[in-house]
Amino acid sequence: MSKTTPDTGAEQNPAAAPAGADDLGAAGAQLSTAPTETAVPGSFGGNRAPGLAGWLAWTAREITGWVRWFWRQLTSMRVALLLLFLLSLGAIPGSLIPQNGSDALKVEEFKQAHKTLGPLYDKLGLFHVYSSVWFSAIYILLFVSLIGCIVPRTWQFAGQLRGRPPGAPRRLNRLPAYATWRTDAAPEQVREAALRILKRRRFRAHTAGDAVAAEKGYLREAGNLLFHVSLIVMLVAFACGQLFKTEGDKLIVEGDGFANTLTQYDDFKSGNLFDDDSLVPFSFTLKKFTGTYERSGPNKGTARTFEADVEYSKGADGKPQHKTIKVNHPLEVDGAKVYLVSHGYAPTVTVRDGKGKVIYHQAVPLLPLDANATSQGAIKVMDGYTNPQGKKEQLGFAAFFVPTFGGAGQDSMFSQFPGLDFPVLALGAYHGDLGVDAGVPQNVYQLDTKNPNLKPFKDDQGNILKARLLPGETMRLPGGAGSITFEKDIKEWAGFQIVQQPGQGWALTGAVAALAGLAGSLFIQRRRVWVRAVPGADGVTVVEVAGLGRSESAKLPEEIGDLAALVHDTAPTRNDADSDADSDAAPDRRPDAATPVPAEGEQKK
Amino acid sequence: MTLAAPIQLAATVNEHLAQISNTLIYSAMAVYTLAFFAYIAEWLFGSRSKVARTAAALTAPKTQETAAAAQGPAVTVKSAGGTAVLERPKVVVRSAAGSRDVPDGPGAHGGDQQGDLYGRIAISLTTLAFVVEAAGVVARAASVERAPWGNMYEFNITFSTVAVGVYLALLALKKNVRWLGLFLTATVLLDLGLAVTVLYTASDQLVPALHSYWLYIHVSTAILCGAVFYVGAVGTLLYLFKDSYENKLATGGTPGRFASSVLERLPASATLDKFCYRVNAAVFPLWTFTIIAGAIWAESAWGRYWGWDPKETWAFITWVAYACYLHARSTAGWKGRKAAYIALIAFACWLFNYYGVNIFVGGKHSYAGV
Ligand code: HEM
Repeated sequence: MSKTTPDTGAEQNPAAAPAGADDLGAAGAQLSTAPTETAVPGSFGGNRAPGLAGWLAWTAREITGWVRWFWRQLTSMRVALLLLFLLSLGAIPGSLIPQNGSDALKVEEFKQAHKTLGPLYDKLGLFHVYSSVWFSAIYILLFVSLIGCIVPRTWQFAGQLRGRPPGAPRRLNRLPAYATWRTDAAPEQVREAALRILKRRRFRAHTAGDAVAAEKGYLREAGNLLFHVSLIVMLVAFACGQLFKTEGDKLIVEGDGFANTLTQYDDFKSGNLFDDDSLVPFSFTLKKFTGTYERSGPNKGTARTFEADVEYSKGADGKPQHKTIKVNHPLEVDGAKVYLVSHGYAPTVTVRDGKGKVIYHQAVPLLPLDANATSQGAIKVMDGYTNPQGKKEQLGFAAFFVPTFGGAGQDSMFSQFPGLDFPVLALGAYHGDLGVDAGVPQNVYQLDTKNPNLKPFKDDQGNILKARLLPGETMRLPGGAGSITFEKDIKEWAGFQIVQQPGQGWALTGAVAALAGLAGSLFIQRRRVWVRAVPGADGVTVVEVAGLGRSESAKLPEEIGDLAALVHDTAPTRNDADSDADSDAAPDRRPDAATPVPAEGEQKK
Repeated sequence: MTLAAPIQLAATVNEHLAQISNTLIYSAMAVYTLAFFAYIAEWLFGSRSKVARTAAALTAPKTQETAAAAQGPAVTVKSAGGTAVLERPKVVVRSAAGSRDVPDGPGAHGGDQQGDLYGRIAISLTTLAFVVEAAGVVARAASVERAPWGNMYEFNITFSTVAVGVYLALLALKKNVRWLGLFLTATVLLDLGLAVTVLYTASDQLVPALHSYWLYIHVSTAILCGAVFYVGAVGTLLYLFKDSYENKLATGGTPGRFASSVLERLPASATLDKFCYRVNAAVFPLWTFTIIAGAIWAESAWGRYWGWDPKETWAFITWVAYACYLHARSTAGWKGRKAAYIALIAFACWLFNYYGVNIFVGGKHSYAGV
């Protein structure tokens, strides 16, 4: 890489210099440090000396030639453009095809529906585009290109900062903005004045030969480099975040707690480089969940607040502290963040056996099905139950819960409002073997009623035993098999997502730096100005002011106008009728007083 | 109930204000329609003029080694004995080699006085419509007691208001953008027509508004960026037309009469090209900021700052596409038309993100009632 640096720097820069600068020589070169677009042959060809040594030398030459060629291609603007284009193109499929990362369920559905496309997409990694080989290849190449582009440009820029603005080109009148006049002032006087004026305007200026050369707007290049470096910082931060990220879910009923260890999660995902020790040690207890809802109007039932009051402690045994977690206001403990992501109800039930002994007393979290918190779940009594025949059995209850009952007189019930106004719990009762121990993963919120070992309790008519209970009511199981009570104490639960993603600070820093760099790069113009003063053929001083900027520069003529006016104040136009240098400059309105007007520059600023 | 995506934040709705807002929007449409006709009148009257400056510049023998465009007026200075006029040295501007020395067209009115009058009337009407529409947007916001961007109807009315605002601001800054008027009012009418027919959502619809000021920052800058990108895209399209028109003239072809009449009056292609570059380059940092603000908000709302949600993905694609455009401008062989095509593609990405993703794709960003 370092090998290519010197020649890149030394070359002229037709790519970045504005058109028309080709005849300007060094004056127009390197107005930006964009890489040059020069064709370098890959193969050096050349003669191959006989013998092994000759072959080795030739091969080495060839290889370095091609490596150089490849590197040049990769770091050229053209390829950067191509890679950028590919990057945006490559991002598209991920937004149109379901992705494993965000919605694995949809991916399954898609695979079911598209028997031929599914496997093909799978092969191409289209279900995880942003971590697929080809997408990674694009951005890694882009960033290699970026680094390969930045390093030489930084050197080149440093060189420009150490050097001085290039001297004036021979023919200033070919520059994009140009002014000239004849004056009585001596050339040295004009140059001195110009140097002073340019320096006051914070140009880097020096006198080179018969002209003053000046340059301004280096911050553009600095900003541009800063921007591109920040892109790298952001990418590295993002990659670290992905590799070390952990993300887990936990459902907690009011009164229960959580300690941040792997076993406590309901669901846990982590990046490739995660190891168990990196989980931040902390624990918290959900004291109370509060949800309030709009009571009237067209938005009735819409959530107003969701708040989870928690007590948490850092480390293994830190001091307990209080915090209210809300949407948008996560709890933050040493880089781990706890977000409130869901909530629901957990009715408390008590199950007694035939002898009246309490064998189960618990708040059972149920999953909401709609916006009014119509909820569903299962109550599973795994052990401790002995049926009237003296045989150990398990009990299962299919539970259906509404916080505000609707559907009176109907078969099905539903909730009319998400708040706890008129709670009703509907239960269906089963006994036998829940099949939990069979090794097949089971949904805790569902009763496997298809399981042949799980038999429903029957009512008098021989139907499945069902009941709708109000708080405090009890459903008796037939044949003295026991009872289940819907307690008045209805709890709420909250779902939390616990996320640890290192590198966020870096990503943000990178983003802010990128923004600053970008502003510098786009809003600052880099331009060169030359002021030449030489005695003309007749001995009268001819002043020429000219400027060169990037092709987009519109302000340049204005600035040249301002500068020329300032110089003109100290070296006014000579009052000669037959002057041809400025014959179109309204000779009849020529100032009669040739005195300098130094205040002029200040006035116009 | 999952809290993350559809946190539905209630908004008390003031039906009366909502009604007022609707009336204002319809009134604004009526005024825009009048403005639209006034712009058409401007173009029609303008077609009487036969200036043909582009053709003259391009077909005349190449005597103009330097196209002199005097910069800066004479400077008045006070000197001892009274006011003397000190002539400021004239700056000769040479356009970059390789580009044509074509003067800017005179504008839609083509130098015709009556056309100019209609043009001025059109601008006044546009300003009036802008005020009425802005009032409609504010009334809508007041009626739902939140920012007016909870669904696509509200987006559309806000967006067109901001786009017209950008145009008027550019006019007020004395930028040469009057030629945009007809195209702008046409699209604004289309946009509002879509809004009140297909996209209309009664104002009792809910928003997934999350309590975060980042949302407000993120969405408002997104809308502003869109409006400016839009202006850039119209300019780019016209640049492409004007450029091929100039090409045709320069190579000795004769463009059709209609094309000549219209394109003749537009600014030179080089001017349009620069205008578009400046517009796009100026908002690019703001667009970058919009994405960053979105990421910050997503971080506090969803627990991750970047998750390749379709909306995020398309914002990224749009950003990369505009970066492509900026790069193309400094890559040899990609300036001019090729870069212009990239700019149009980039704007298409923005549009798709705005309409397409909401309608066809969904994701966490979908809004109540589209
Ligand atoms: C992640 C990918 C990249 C993005 C998003 C990006 C974006 C940008 C942006 C927004 C600008 C400002 C445009 C301007 O100043 O006019 C720019 C300029 C520039 N970029 Fe990149 N860039 C990327 C990669 C690269 C690579 C790989 C190279 C090197 C081959 C490169 C070289 C340059 C150069 C030389 C300029 C300055 C051009 C000039 O001075 O006009 N960029 N880039």
